[in-house]
Amino acid sequence: MYPKEFRYTKTHEWAKVEGDRVRVGITNYAQEHLGDIVFVELPEVGRQVKQGEAFGVVESVKAVSDCYAPVSGEVVEVNGALADKPETLNQDPHGAGWMIVIRMSDPAELDNLMDADAYEKHCEEEAH
Amino acid sequence: MGTEELKKTPLYGNHLKYGGRIIDFAGWALPVQFRSIIEEHHQVRKAAGLFDVSDMGELDIRGPQALELLQYALTNDMSTLAVNQVRYSPMCNFRGGVVDDLLVYRLGEDHYFLVINAANIEKDYNWVKELAGRFPGAKVENVSDQVAELALQGPNSEAILSRLTKADLSAIRYYWCAQDVDVAGVKCMVSRTGYTGEDGFEIFCSPEAAPGLWDTLLEAGDELGLWPCGLGCRDTLRFEAAMPLYGQEMDDDTTPLEAGLGRYVKFDKGDFVGREPLLEEKRTGLRKKLVGLEMVGRGIARTGYPVLKDGEKVGYVTTGSYAPTLDKNLALAFVPPQLSEVGTLLQVEIRGRGVDARVVKTPFYRRREK
Repeated sequence: MYPKEFRYTKTHEWAKVEGDRVRVGITNYAQEHLGDIVFVELPEVGRQVKQGEAFGVVESVKAVSDCYAPVSGEVVEVNGALADKPETLNQDPHGAGWMIVIRMSDPAELDNLMDADAYEKHCEEEAH
Repeated sequence: MGTEELKKTPLYGNHLKYGGRIIDFAGWALPVQFRSIIEEHHQVRKAAGLFDVSDMGELDIRGPQALELLQYALTNDMSTLAVNQVRYSPMCNFRGGVVDDLLVYRLGEDHYFLVINAANIEKDYNWVKELAGRFPGAKVENVSDQVAELALQGPNSEAILSRLTKADLSAIRYYWCAQDVDVAGVKCMVSRTGYTGEDGFEIFCSPEAAPGLWDTLLEAGDELGLWPCGLGCRDTLRFEAAMPLYGQEMDDDTTPLEAGLGRYVKFDKGDFVGREPLLEEKRTGLRKKLVGLEMVGRGIARTGYPVLKDGEKVGYVTTGSYAPTLDKNLALAFVPPQLSEVGTLLQVEIRGRGVDARVVKTPFYRRREK
């Protein structure tokens, strides 16, 4: 379920390292928990984000939820297709539902994130 | 959070069996959804959905002064209510604020049955009992724990229910009921009412019979697209139909006139609780008015978000949501009467920014009559 090559936050974002960049989305656990996603708000390209800081918002029918940057750096790409098709986040959260790409300013921050096994445990604990 | 301390309806076991996601709704453990809120929403509009509304409260009022009590306690006129007829009414406090909104069923010559909101059961019961002090010939009983309620909603409702009863359902017109209806061997009271903007029935039975009836209905309705549905789509369905929800569109400090319920306030029927302040408000003008808003800019208005005009806060959102049938982001909001005209451009403050929204007609959704 959770790709081994991804890193994960406690707040249910995933981070996929691509050289000096990190692709970011919300996890399957997050989308299941939120339910039907009907609105996504993303930052502008060029915005600086800090690890743990809110970079965007995902809204389901019932809930409004902030999304937090897994690493610090500059937003270099955003997935504009989500504006018209927010349901992509439900359908393919770890693939086509990616939200932004960050150029890392401090790759050492990746050590603060969880691997897939640790994340799955985290989800199990949260579900109980 | 645990659900152990929450109250459970007789159908709690059914909800677990059908995979409902349980949440805390006014202290009740109820399913918010079984599949997806949006899919369930569409299913009710095009086929049918079954809802557990057993959390709703019921007051039984009877006696030679029952009608007098209701005429005094409620803003609508019950003197013309026939036996087996159902009528909606706000119930006000002495300031004209809404204590609750409810349905009155006339079950007999001197016998009425009030269906009230789950969150207000104790408040309503105490209030009606207090008012009943002036009417010794009216006996008020809280029978909420003795009644289960299922809502069968959607265009296929009559076809589904008719598979389980010999009663002539087409004879039950909108806002009428039939008593002692045999539905799959269970004695029920069935009314053609609902909270979704679709045709449908509300079915009252004993708590003991409810779990079996739920399963039987779902089996009988399977071929006709009947799904178990949760609170999530119940809210989006009622919102599209612009049916008010107590606690959001009205409360103890909001009058029925402000909430757009003036047609349920009958000033000419004689004295009733709230009559003077409501007359006064009618004379001097409304403090605020409930309107529909359609988002023009990107964003979803949510309950409590400020409504702005030229950067100034002028009102607030009572309910806001993505509306699945209309595929729009809509809201109900209180604004000053001078800003309530259809077409008026306002803003909703979303995360610190004013997002354009336009006043539109309500209801947002109205079903096509057959």
